[in-house]
Amino acid sequence: MTNTVNKIMPTAKPFTLGSSRRLNTQAYRFFGWVLPPIFGLFLLVVIWALIAEHTQELPGPIKTWVSAVELFSDPFYDHGINDKGVGWNILASLERVGLGFGLAALIGIPLGFIIGRFEFVARMTAPVISLLRPVSPLAWLPIGLLVFKAANPAAIWVIFISAVWPMIINTAVGVSKVPQDYMNVAKVLNLSEWKIVTKILFPFVLPYMMTGVRLSIGVAWLVIVAAEMLTGGVGIGFWVWDEWNNLNVEHIIIAIFIVGIVGLLLELMLTQIAKRFSYE
Amino acid sequence: MEKANADKYVQLEHVDMTFHTKKGTFNALKGINLNIKEGEFISIIGHSGCGKSTVLNLIAGLLQPSDGLLFCAGREIAGPGPERAVVFQNHSLLPWLTCFENVYLAVERVFSTETKAQLEARTHAAIELVGLSHSSDKRPNEISGGMKQRVGIARALAMEPKVLLLDEPFGALDALTRANLQDELMKIMAKSGCTAVMVTHDVDEAVLLSDRVVMMTNGPSATIGEILEVKLPRPRARLELAEDQEYNHLRSEVLRFLYERHAKKSA
Repeated sequence: MTNTVNKIMPTAKPFTLGSSRRLNTQAYRFFGWVLPPIFGLFLLVVIWALIAEHTQELPGPIKTWVSAVELFSDPFYDHGINDKGVGWNILASLERVGLGFGLAALIGIPLGFIIGRFEFVARMTAPVISLLRPVSPLAWLPIGLLVFKAANPAAIWVIFISAVWPMIINTAVGVSKVPQDYMNVAKVLNLSEWKIVTKILFPFVLPYMMTGVRLSIGVAWLVIVAAEMLTGGVGIGFWVWDEWNNLNVEHIIIAIFIVGIVGLLLELMLTQIAKRFSYE
Repeated sequence: MEKANADKYVQLEHVDMTFHTKKGTFNALKGINLNIKEGEFISIIGHSGCGKSTVLNLIAGLLQPSDGLLFCAGREIAGPGPERAVVFQNHSLLPWLTCFENVYLAVERVFSTETKAQLEARTHAAIELVGLSHSSDKRPNEISGGMKQRVGIARALAMEPKVLLLDEPFGALDALTRANLQDELMKIMAKSGCTAVMVTHDVDEAVLLSDRVVMMTNGPSATIGEILEVKLPRPRARLELAEDQEYNHLRSEVLRFLYERHAKKSA
């Protein structure tokens, strides 16, 4: 950051009050926005190093870093079904999350619209949703295994069931919050149901829907690790379990970072999409 | 049925309105009788909470009366219809559509048999009528409150309604903008010749714009207290009227009704 300040200075006009103020805002941005997150991450690493110092089994930051460099030098190797590069494992997990999440969106969003639009349906589905929503997603895994007789669809099923609730509920809440004014406009203009949905409900509900989608992808990514630990195969969750069995603790810590970073990226991506769709 | 009596273009007969809320029943309106002539401009004035907007919503068809009957052009009002357009208090434009699209939405539905070019021409004409051609591609949150209300009026007029219903259309605007829009509304109404019912709490606005001012008593069970004929010649000019004896007499009549005989006890 200090580098950029230096770079800017030669091109700046002769030193005036304005440019000194600009310098102040630069300094403010550096100390107010850039420094604190770096400091926070630094603190995390320091605490980790201190704990690792006093714990025999837990590798410290440096050891983990060396291991990570080695790991990511060849992320896409393939030595048979049980020994694939970490890249393949990440992609496999993303694929499952994508499928389960996509199905959940395909069913959850329209269902949310119907629940929000028709009070009868809302009252009908309320007890079912209240009953099923608090159930831990993993509790659905045996049912998935039983019905699909295979691990992979069962894992996708678990993602589906955990991701579907936030989308149903947020969409329904959005629809029920459409201002009466807009619905009066629809009535006075005598709009068709299709026009009501496309011109009034959908644009209004979109931000609510995107909140649901963001929550869903977060939950789905949380659940995938646990689901894959149980189902096995290829995937970041299975990889963690495998490395635990190999007692390769560095890799487990790396996996934690990978899961965190990928989750963060998914969230950022959806936030960007949500911004694009916002009408304000 | 079609042969509507021009003197009773819009008819309200013994209209009662009772709302059933969680706190119990509330008698908003009791025994409303009103005949509105074709081409007439009626103002409904009263203290806040007297149910004047309820009367408008009943004519619009957004509410159904608990008792009594409402007719428009000889037909019973069963629900909203394109012959009765509404200008809402808070403009109620859809914020994700441009001004043009907001008006187009109304036009498209009413004149569904026309071609796209014809519909677009109608939309442009309505926006031009309210003097907003230069902002027709802007979104509602990019224009001022007065401009938004103009779009609201354009949307209603574009439907070519028989009756224009205005629910405190200028209530949220500053005095200067309000005066401006009132003058323009008078011109537009003179041109289109359609019947209008306006709810207002502004005495000057009521007298200036109306042929008759309907004064309502306070709720609950509000009803029509008195109807004042405004026989000032049109076109009316705001500045000249300010010193007009008749105008000031009418104005004080309304004020007397509102603040002497039916003063709001708790306000």
